[in-house]
Amino acid sequence: MTTLPLDNTFDDPTRRAPLVLNHDDFGSVTNTICGVNEAPKPPRAWYIAFGISVTFLMILGVLIGYLFWTGVGVWGNQNPAMWGFPIVNFVFWVGIGHAGTLISAILYLFRQKWRTAINRFAEAMTIFAVICAGMFPGIHVGRVWVSYWLFPIPNQMELWPQFRSPLLWDVFAVGTYFTVSLLFWYVGMIPDLATLRDRAKTKLKAISYGIFALGWRGSMRHWHRYERAYLLLAALATPLVLSVHSVVSFDFAVAQVPGWHTTIFPPYFVAGAIFSGFAMVMTLAIPARQWWGLKDFITLRHLETMNKIILVTGSMVGYAYIMEFFTAWYSGAMYESFAFVNRMFGQYAWAYWIMVSCNVFVPQLFWFKKARQSIAIMFVVCLLVNVGMWFERFVIIVTSLSQDYLPANWDYFHPTWVDLTMLAGSFGLFMTLFLLFIRYLPVIAIAEVKAIMPAANPHAHDHDKEASA
Amino acid sequence: MNDVAGTTAVPAQSPRTIPSPSSVDESSEKLYGLLAEFQTPAAIVSAAKKVHEAGYKWWDCCAPFPVHGLDKAMGIRPTILPWLVLGAGITGGTLGMLLQWFTNATNLEIWGGPIWVTGYAFLVSGKPFASVPTWIPVMFELTVLLSAIGAVVFLMLLNKLPQLYHPCFKNERFARVTDDRFFIIIEAKDPLFYRAKTQQLLASLGATAVEEVQA
Repeated sequence: MTTLPLDNTFDDPTRRAPLVLNHDDFGSVTNTICGVNEAPKPPRAWYIAFGISVTFLMILGVLIGYLFWTGVGVWGNQNPAMWGFPIVNFVFWVGIGHAGTLISAILYLFRQKWRTAINRFAEAMTIFAVICAGMFPGIHVGRVWVSYWLFPIPNQMELWPQFRSPLLWDVFAVGTYFTVSLLFWYVGMIPDLATLRDRAKTKLKAISYGIFALGWRGSMRHWHRYERAYLLLAALATPLVLSVHSVVSFDFAVAQVPGWHTTIFPPYFVAGAIFSGFAMVMTLAIPARQWWGLKDFITLRHLETMNKIILVTGSMVGYAYIMEFFTAWYSGAMYESFAFVNRMFGQYAWAYWIMVSCNVFVPQLFWFKKARQSIAIMFVVCLLVNVGMWFERFVIIVTSLSQDYLPANWDYFHPTWVDLTMLAGSFGLFMTLFLLFIRYLPVIAIAEVKAIMPAANPHAHDHDKEASA
Repeated sequence: MNDVAGTTAVPAQSPRTIPSPSSVDESSEKLYGLLAEFQTPAAIVSAAKKVHEAGYKWWDCCAPFPVHGLDKAMGIRPTILPWLVLGAGITGGTLGMLLQWFTNATNLEIWGGPIWVTGYAFLVSGKPFASVPTWIPVMFELTVLLSAIGAVVFLMLLNKLPQLYHPCFKNERFARVTDDRFFIIIEAKDPLFYRAKTQQLLASLGATAVEEVQA
């Protein structure tokens, strides 16, 4: 075998950059990745992060109890901004989830082999983000004891849900998205759980992994059907991810509120979701690869490629901002034009400019190779992108609601301490689940990474001839 | 244990299933098959081709990842799974349509299990009772949902998983199937299986080890 270069970020069209560094054979790949789970104790950073996350999770639990006991008035939702932080947080978390599905499903359809290093924990991130997202509509209904009215279940009033409403389409869309992502994630994990089962040193681990591995033994007849099912799931998840965030955008686009009622919302929201999701994947991947020694799999090339995607989707979002503004001006519609001028110079101008600088200006740094390849810069950029995307949803929802058609209704929305703490608590929920995932489940798709290595090619002798030429 | 070099002497008994001389209770230990270990994907693909050409039907390859071209070399016919998933998807779309039509566009009363349920057609902002464009999101989501659930359920059913026990798991070498080794297992119930002949064939294909698997 030829020696692998340590830096795979070269852009030479005559030779493919290696996607796995320093691991020539399959056994070493298994050892390194399973080493994350098999280490007797996780790194100290894990304990610190877990402690902080569980604290925030418990705060969230207490606040949810307080919310159920006292009512929705503990939030800042108030005439005229009847939708406040809960829906902002919902859209924020659902958007983050979309990157995981894009990496798993869409990049699979595009045969992008580099996805195999990040698809497992990106999918995990999706599921945890959707859990955080789904929590908010669930708790915000006011009368939580009749929230089963959201579903087409016979009830005492003989009344059914209003299927013409995007709020109900959301129920089906987010429910489907969660289920399909969970299935996709689990099915992808079965071969890796079998690997952990076969390497388990304790009876408990062998049985636990063994049950969920379903007795997988790597039979090629099974792999054949597995590959077909995986392709079908990827092909299903792709339009699903596009439709879910479009349906979420319909929550706003189907209404008549100025600044909301525009056809650009579905593609704009989807691009923004992918943008924020990739930034969250990077925020998680950069520490994870450092603390668990996964730099040979999540290489600098992977990070650089993700930065390019962040640049592209960030530019799409910037374009959408410009087009919204142009449409509002060109339409000549008084309320629409006012809505956009108000966003830039009105009472929430501070939020608008945070949003624009974080979403449009900051990612433009990634035009420069030095910024794309610097861990510190990309980490800061990704954090700012997530901040900016949260503010985008805040700006869309709160500015449009707080100053819409009738000036007599105008007011300034204030979040309460419960709003802010619940937002922090949702991060606690997300990080707790994610840290548990890293500790106990295969964090990189072992079988898929092996399949894209040069050693996996049955015609490997042709490869060697080329390489030594 | 049997190894690659040299052939074992063929006893003059029934040739098909001869228990290994080292097993303790010869009458109850039935031979499940022969397991051959390979080190590289190229080796197993060429070996599989030859096993398939030799005419074996009850056999399988096992690998830590799906080796490119191995299913074709084995002669595996494309699975029916996509058609089943299509059926599940069509069911989902139809269910979505019927659900919304019944609940929002009719006043029909149907027997739904323990109780009668009735549709409740009501006007919302002047939209028609049967407003098909607004039905599309839920229909689409249910199509995708049932297709995905169908894909996973039919995958498990066709693969007969979960199958927590398999005779190969008793073999120590086989533990590396999920790590970095490739295996061919030819079952004893195959009509062409002859203990010594099959062992010779597997040995000639470049296997690094050929072992028995007891049922």
